[in-house]
Amino acid sequence: MKIGVLAMQGAFMEHINALKKLDVEAMSIRDEKDFDMIDGLIIPGGESTAIGKLLTVFNLKEKLQNKIEQGLPVWGTCAGMIILAKKIAGLDITHIPVMDVEVVRNAYGRQLGSFAVNEEIRGIKNGPFPMVFIRAPYIKQVGGNVSILAEVNGKIVAAREKNMLVTSFHPELTGDLRMHQFFINMIKEKNQF
Amino acid sequence: METRYDLNKNLAQMLKGGVIMDVTNEEEAIIAEKAGACAVMALERVPSDIRRDGGVARMSDPKMIKNIQQAVSIPVMAKVRIGHFVEAQILEAIEIDYIDESEVLTPADNVYHIDKRKFKVPFVCGARNLGEALRRIGEGAAMIRTKGEAGTGDVVEAVKHMRTVTSEMKKIASMDEEELMNAAKELFAPYELVKYVHEHKKLPVVNFAAGGIATPADAALMMQLGCDGVFVGSGIFKSGNPQKRAEAIVKAVTYYNDPVMLAELSEDLGEAMSGISVQSLEENNRLADRGW
Repeated sequence: MKIGVLAMQGAFMEHINALKKLDVEAMSIRDEKDFDMIDGLIIPGGESTAIGKLLTVFNLKEKLQNKIEQGLPVWGTCAGMIILAKKIAGLDITHIPVMDVEVVRNAYGRQLGSFAVNEEIRGIKNGPFPMVFIRAPYIKQVGGNVSILAEVNGKIVAAREKNMLVTSFHPELTGDLRMHQFFINMIKEKNQF
Repeated sequence: METRYDLNKNLAQMLKGGVIMDVTNEEEAIIAEKAGACAVMALERVPSDIRRDGGVARMSDPKMIKNIQQAVSIPVMAKVRIGHFVEAQILEAIEIDYIDESEVLTPADNVYHIDKRKFKVPFVCGARNLGEALRRIGEGAAMIRTKGEAGTGDVVEAVKHMRTVTSEMKKIASMDEEELMNAAKELFAPYELVKYVHEHKKLPVVNFAAGGIATPADAALMMQLGCDGVFVGSGIFKSGNPQKRAEAIVKAVTYYNDPVMLAELSEDLGEAMSGISVQSLEENNRLADRGW
């Protein structure tokens, strides 16, 4: 199994290091030709405007959208969640609109609003998960086929729709590998590795 | 559990692989955001103008910074004078995302840097070598950048500072443990941080390039030397075509290892900032020598 981490801008090395700890082959992805080499894709945290801009100028949005619509398992953390959303509150633009969620950018304000909590996630065993929110978004609304995996203070911060997983928070910053294992299991379910 | 300092280091991790651009008004901030900047540095005059004008350079008008915060959705940083903790308190009060305790402004204290652990907002500081980087981290900086020589458009000092930090880290990494205390003494750096570098072979925080970067090739050079991302000050809005140059530098930081791509995006950028060679600067005009 090989998992690609989109390396336009942001914390892609952190995901690669987490995957390596789970003995999964991981590679940074910048070129179209690499899309066919991977069994799953992570879109990391960073600035969604910067990541979106680079995807646009290098014509990668449509190709990624096709791959995801054909079933490529994908996980967006923070900015990655914004990239995958079908609607971004207050904006007319979207990036790769594949997942039926409406997200709010910088929903907790500026850096002074960044925080961490321990909360339960549906499907993640062995106790609450350390969630790190950095100028994070949350999900305001979900469509009928989306299952909500976690909420913090009444706001949705993790969700799944078929082959798509999104989290407002950053498991790659914590050393807790259970979310990465959860994503690996999603890929296994699909491909029967 | 994550501390405030951890969260602040984490924000710097989110900026990696990105370009932080100096902007002096809302229009420039919007151009920077559209070009793909991962953050902007709000300041009244870019370093090359500060250099030209002389006099005392201070923190920018909070109103100007607030206008830029309103204009863009990406993180907004701003500079305070070295040691000027009240300027830092003011920036924290307007919820700045990152404070740059910067040698580009006129130092307010000739001996002490700000005790950055007293603040909730994160700080980035410049460093010419490993000892300086570890002293700033010891004071609570959550991110480091090379000092370079701001406002010159000459990348030579940034290269020197990055190479120095890297080679000093290699030396620490290869030492036996009993050598570390003496190394800390020689670097004038906290022992615990020297030990961290020994164990992890890297700094405990993100390290960006800054000071003199003017072209996509400069940005890619700093990335290939091991920087996590790039600050561009005067290089963009003092050039012939800021928008195009800004975009090209953003792309160059993503594809820094792809010479074919770099060739393509270096074409037709118009005039780069004219610049001053660092060699021609008199010693008292060297900003990098401010702070210790």
